[in-house]
Amino acid sequence: MDRTEEQWLEGLRKTVDKVLPIRHYQENYGAIGIKRAEDIKSLKDFQRLPLTTKEDLRKNYPFGLFAEPMENIVRLHASSGTTGKPTVVGYTRQDITLWAKIVANELKRVGVTKKDVVQIAYGYGLFTGGMGLHYGCEELGAIVVPISGGNTARQLMLMRDFGSTVLACTPSYALYLAESLEESQISRDELKLKIGIFGAEPWTEGMREEIEARLGIKAFDIYGLSEIMGPGVALECPAHQGLHIDEHFYPEILDEEGNPLRDGERGELVITSIKKEGFPVLRYRTKDLTTLHYGTCSCGHVGWSMDRVSARVDDMLIIRGVNVFPSQVEEAILLEGFEPHYLLVVYRVGNLDQLEVQVEVSEATFFDEVRELEGRQDRLKKRIEDSLGISVRIRLVEPKSIPRSEGKAIRVIDKRNKEG
Amino acid sequence: MLQLSIFLENAKGRLAEVISLLAECKVNLRALSLADTKDYGVLRIIVDNPEETAVKLRERKVVVSLTPVWVLKVPDRTGGLAEVLNQLVQQDVVVEYMYAFVEKENEQALVVLRVQDKAIMEKAMQTLNLPVK
Repeated sequence: MDRTEEQWLEGLRKTVDKVLPIRHYQENYGAIGIKRAEDIKSLKDFQRLPLTTKEDLRKNYPFGLFAEPMENIVRLHASSGTTGKPTVVGYTRQDITLWAKIVANELKRVGVTKKDVVQIAYGYGLFTGGMGLHYGCEELGAIVVPISGGNTARQLMLMRDFGSTVLACTPSYALYLAESLEESQISRDELKLKIGIFGAEPWTEGMREEIEARLGIKAFDIYGLSEIMGPGVALECPAHQGLHIDEHFYPEILDEEGNPLRDGERGELVITSIKKEGFPVLRYRTKDLTTLHYGTCSCGHVGWSMDRVSARVDDMLIIRGVNVFPSQVEEAILLEGFEPHYLLVVYRVGNLDQLEVQVEVSEATFFDEVRELEGRQDRLKKRIEDSLGISVRIRLVEPKSIPRSEGKAIRVIDKRNKEG
Repeated sequence: MLQLSIFLENAKGRLAEVISLLAECKVNLRALSLADTKDYGVLRIIVDNPEETAVKLRERKVVVSLTPVWVLKVPDRTGGLAEVLNQLVQQDVVVEYMYAFVEKENEQALVVLRVQDKAIMEKAMQTLNLPVK
């Protein structure tokens, strides 16, 4: 839906109204002279509001930023924070309904219908992935297979026996399923799979091509985070013109100092929810790096779209003063014909950071002649170095020696802090 | 003849593991050579049923490739190998690598040759009519 500034403001003011009784917001907004939602006269005023961070959520752990009394909350989710306390979010019944409708709408756009059998191999639990897709698919009327993550042999068996047509999981798990399928007694022709809904971790275009080719499906990137709602904040469209952001979310892109950037400029995505009750969030820093575009897509969507999240601020490694994202390495690995099973190991020799990239050798990349093998290794090294701007060491390892993930893949081992 | 080439990560005990795997598969190693680099090695072996062995190894997640090689009989005397190689050089054959072994029944010396260009080698073999295994 095409909205004017005034229409967006109307929605944003409602969210401001909703959070103003909460002490955290009251104090922060009061300090810049915003006492009522009406004080926000323009989007420029809105952009003066302090940002909300993960740290704010932790400080108010567990329920300090909820905007509804606990009796109106019907569900809690929490982020998979690896350090410190998790970030907790609460949903009212209305929120759950809204979330399901948003996801259902998006799935419809990529061709999922009530006739589809959707195998949800995202984890179920505090993580929003499983439940978010689940409610969306039920709303759509599709047949849900709530298998959750793991138990790969069973995933493949049920995929065949139930005739699953849609698979929802992380891209790294989709690749692992593809690999396991090739080694199993089940052939791809026995499967009815046609669509993949993959997200919850950054992945590259090369990875999409790899998964699409190996599973024989169309793969779509889904975006979301529990602090905003969960999966479904945005979903890629069939025209692959970026991920269309649902109209219940107001996006902004900011530079490192928090200044707004223009359409097409890369920066951190910041989101404000509209119409959310239990846990409305204002100008939340997602730590995801992307670009925004406003316009009409050939698929019919009107509004904001974002590019695929190529990297998370949290995943960024600083090696010898240079910013390094695992996705840059993934891209190079795929371009050189290696399989995207890789691990970045950062360590320190003396005072110098070293980056080792471990890549698995497969039948396709193994050559009897050492010279040939070393040539491939050198080409990969050069491509990664050109992309990162620092020297790396490539280590070819045996297949399956890098652990496979059933959820979010581990791409980095940083040994620098431990060695002190 | 087909040679089995196996990728080996430089890890303690990995060579022993793969050789044990071959023993489990009841494979008799006729000849063996190991090329090593800093991080990995390439184990090259000559066995009786290379294709069948490759299938078994792949089932056990070992990266294997089948490489065409020539196994030539070499006169077991001083200068025997030099004679053979010089003949091949005259036919423009470029050798990538080679290794030797001895057949125990008849004390026959054999060399395994991997060449850069298969077609040139085939032509050379027709011309020279060298004894092969």
